[in-house]
Amino acid sequence: MSTTTSPQIRMANDIAVQFRHQPPERAAEAICTHIRMFWDPRMKAELLRLMDSEGEDLDPLALAAARLLRDGHLS
Amino acid sequence: MSLLKEPDLGTPAKPGPATVSVEIDGMPVQVPEGTSVMRAAALSGTEIPKLCATDSLEAFGSCRLCLVEVDGRKGTPASCTTPVAEGMKVRTQTPRLEKLRQGVMELYISDHPLDCLTCSANGDCELQDMSGVVGLRQVRYGYEGENHLDLEKDTSNPYFDFEPSKCIACSRCVRACGEVQGTFALTIEGRGFDSKVSPSADELFMDSECVSCGACVQACPTATLQEKSVVELGMPNRSVLTTCAYCGVGCSFKAELRGDELVRMVPYKDGGANEGHSCVKGRFAFGYATHPDRKLSPMVREKITDEWREVDWDTAIGYVAEKMRDIQAEHGVGSIGGITSSRCTNEEVYVVQKMVRAAFGNNNVDTCARVCHSPTGYGLKQTFGTSAGTQDFKSVAQSDVIVVIGANPTDGHPVFASRMKRRLREGAKLVVIDPRRIDLVRSPYIEAQHHLQLAPGTNVAVVNAMAHVVVTEGLVDRSFVTERCEEFDEWAEFIARPENSPEAVEPITGVRAEELRAAARLYATGGNAAIYYGLGVTEHSQGSTMVMGMANLAMATGNIGREGVGVNPLRGQNNVQGSCDMGSFPHELAGYRHVSDDAVREVFEKLWERPILPEPGLRIPNMFDAAADGTFRGLFVQGEDIAQSDPNTQHVNAALEALDLLVVQDLFLNETAKFAHVFLPGTSFLEKDGTFTNAERRINRVRPVMATKTGKDEWQVACDIAQAMGYDMSYSHSREIMDEIAAVTPTFAGVSFEKLDKLGSVQWPCNDKAPEGTPTMHVDAFVRGKGRFVQTPFVATQERSTRKYPLILTTGRILSQYNVGAQTRRTANVAWHQEDVLEIHPHDAEVRGIESGDEVTMSSRVGTTSLRAVLADRMPVGVVYTTFHHPVTGANVVTTENSDWATNCPEYKVTAVQVGLKRSGDSAGAAQDEQPALVD
Repeated sequence: MSTTTSPQIRMANDIAVQFRHQPPERAAEAICTHIRMFWDPRMKAELLRLMDSEGEDLDPLALAAARLLRDGHLS
Repeated sequence: MSLLKEPDLGTPAKPGPATVSVEIDGMPVQVPEGTSVMRAAALSGTEIPKLCATDSLEAFGSCRLCLVEVDGRKGTPASCTTPVAEGMKVRTQTPRLEKLRQGVMELYISDHPLDCLTCSANGDCELQDMSGVVGLRQVRYGYEGENHLDLEKDTSNPYFDFEPSKCIACSRCVRACGEVQGTFALTIEGRGFDSKVSPSADELFMDSECVSCGACVQACPTATLQEKSVVELGMPNRSVLTTCAYCGVGCSFKAELRGDELVRMVPYKDGGANEGHSCVKGRFAFGYATHPDRKLSPMVREKITDEWREVDWDTAIGYVAEKMRDIQAEHGVGSIGGITSSRCTNEEVYVVQKMVRAAFGNNNVDTCARVCHSPTGYGLKQTFGTSAGTQDFKSVAQSDVIVVIGANPTDGHPVFASRMKRRLREGAKLVVIDPRRIDLVRSPYIEAQHHLQLAPGTNVAVVNAMAHVVVTEGLVDRSFVTERCEEFDEWAEFIARPENSPEAVEPITGVRAEELRAAARLYATGGNAAIYYGLGVTEHSQGSTMVMGMANLAMATGNIGREGVGVNPLRGQNNVQGSCDMGSFPHELAGYRHVSDDAVREVFEKLWERPILPEPGLRIPNMFDAAADGTFRGLFVQGEDIAQSDPNTQHVNAALEALDLLVVQDLFLNETAKFAHVFLPGTSFLEKDGTFTNAERRINRVRPVMATKTGKDEWQVACDIAQAMGYDMSYSHSREIMDEIAAVTPTFAGVSFEKLDKLGSVQWPCNDKAPEGTPTMHVDAFVRGKGRFVQTPFVATQERSTRKYPLILTTGRILSQYNVGAQTRRTANVAWHQEDVLEIHPHDAEVRGIESGDEVTMSSRVGTTSLRAVLADRMPVGVVYTTFHHPVTGANVVTTENSDWATNCPEYKVTAVQVGLKRSGDSAGAAQDEQPALVD
């Protein structure tokens, strides 16, 4: 776990926790959609970069959402 | 325009059709039932002499000047208190009436100073006018007897004088304070000849409960209550109709001038938002516009450590354009951006976002609503389909139950609060949901049925529990939900879960389950129920969730789509609604349409002849992060003080310092300007020509009262920068900008300066379907078609009280000050609030050895500041409170990076802190000089 959380990871985790009441797949989709609709491209790109290097800091739902972004939901 | 004198029909209008026929001096007139003879006469073209009557107040019948004769009735009844009756024949001018009126006037004048020629009200005095009207020619009684002529003048209020020797005891001031303002600070003390107007218990105005709204001054028919500015400058001789630039109520004012000098601001009776009422800020606190601190020339410096160098406009604009282009050439198109201001007009905001999207070529535009009502944008769009309050302000007069959540209207939105209080005095029920016992909980003639004094950060748990009661106790409006909404069943299953019950959340929220159940039942079954909310809802880690939770509650109970109900944000600044409407958010074009929508982009691209990126740009906090990591290097800031207003000061300052180019456009060299390379002088609202949109979606004209002091309108500056960067953007007048807004924004399609000048104002949507605007939204269908229920699980904030930081800090406003105080601190309003103080419960103070007036330090995990403590039992134990109007206090030194999950609106309302007595070695104020404060 890194000592300082990057803004993208902090924000993705903040979003993820709001969708925990949903089934995981649906939650990941919702988180991905939110990020796609509201984040600047460089923030999305940074999240995908961090997913590899600091993925352990990501909430599992946020990580699943990031994978969806990487796999084609990134518009 | 010459001086605008509005007609005064003597008594208020009565509702209903004009069905009663009467004859006034032979002239037939039809009026609604209950109308006074005085008003009927005025409507027929006959003005009956009057002194104690005015149409903003209920009839009182004390002056006896408005006597009339009615066929078939004995005596000479007062026309103000006599209602019309079918077939009534009234005579207003007879020898008997003439004699009676002269006798009445003679008595008044026998105890009134005859200094008319030197009186400040000369030419604007109803006593003087009525003397002439009744034909008074002599006063037989002399001045030798007992009189009131030596009563002492009270000059304690910074804005108006009280000269009791000129008082005629008509009670208009007393009634205005009660009926219009709802403060009841004035009374008539004594009886008979000893009767006199008394602020509170015969105190000076400044020592009384008076809130300086100006209603008494406006109501006074003589010079007894008179603006100091009129005393000093003389009577104004012309008026300009315009709109207040303080809070989101958006009051209409007559700016009254003597030549080119602004003498006073008088609330306009036909103003849709305020209907003739005002508060201390709009009425009196306009002096900042001509304050010597204003900077009127552009300034440039290479480095922020250099001295400022005054330059001409061409040089400044050329410098900005060249530097912005250089940055883009080196670091990419997305390396620059802009921030729009809620203090500026729709037209000014629109051109800045257009400059960013078309000339900068990206979507890196955001607005200061990011740190206040961005969760409203998200939450109401998700549920109702658009970001807007559902009602007009008048609607509250039809409410039976009023729920105020996280707002303090008597301080933050005082003119609307007066409307609300009037309805509450008439019998509407009140629920207040707030950690503090705000004034509205118990004030003259008003007492909340329920005050849910929740722990800060638990709004969502409370609103969910209310909805739980509605669903599990069978209080759902089934037909509304079935016909008008979707996704109800899933939501109902979620909200009915045991974890959302009042009993389950009581340990979290601190709200007694029975009290919460009773409040929920009242909301669901008490008739028309309306929700009004403020930043106590939005500035939380679940701000957006809470907005959706309130929308769920309103839909479930059918409290949407008619007068008296709804979900209504009380916007902090004058044009928060408008700045959001104008496409200031990085993900939306004007009219709240996402940039990813090809059809929408095409409309703009065709008109602007530039491509628009289909992905969102950076929000303000993202800009700071990107500046810190070096991908964002140039920023244009319009009328906002981000260094003062945004949280996590150290981070903000570091980001601003990292920029290659920071351009600040403002009235004053604010905190942000300390990091700026270019300063572009802005214009005050008195110089602007455009529109503001208030919290009820009302688009009001802002008209120039004086010529711009900077030589350029603000919209011209944005156009010039765009032009210098190679994008052709020009308008010959701000009305052309509104025409463009109307052309690209369906909800504004019917708006034009011409229409606004004709109708006074309109509320959007204003288009072919609603050519004169839309006072109530979602009447037959929601903007998105069906109202959508959204599940809103409560997620506790990460900001918790700990052993080290055991108290929770929450924040708000005070009546006399506004936002970060840049304007109001430069007016006489400082007389009421010279410093920010920390309100702390006596128990919390006692265990820390703190007494009222002590200097204390306040620390959070990110910083420390100091301020004076005031013991206040309206605070719950464990919660402290401060305002944020004075930069030296620096509340943002202690606020954190936590923010709303959906919008990044900062969590200003929950910060874990420790408070202790300040020791002699502690430094004064915040950690740095002139530290920032919170934004509202």
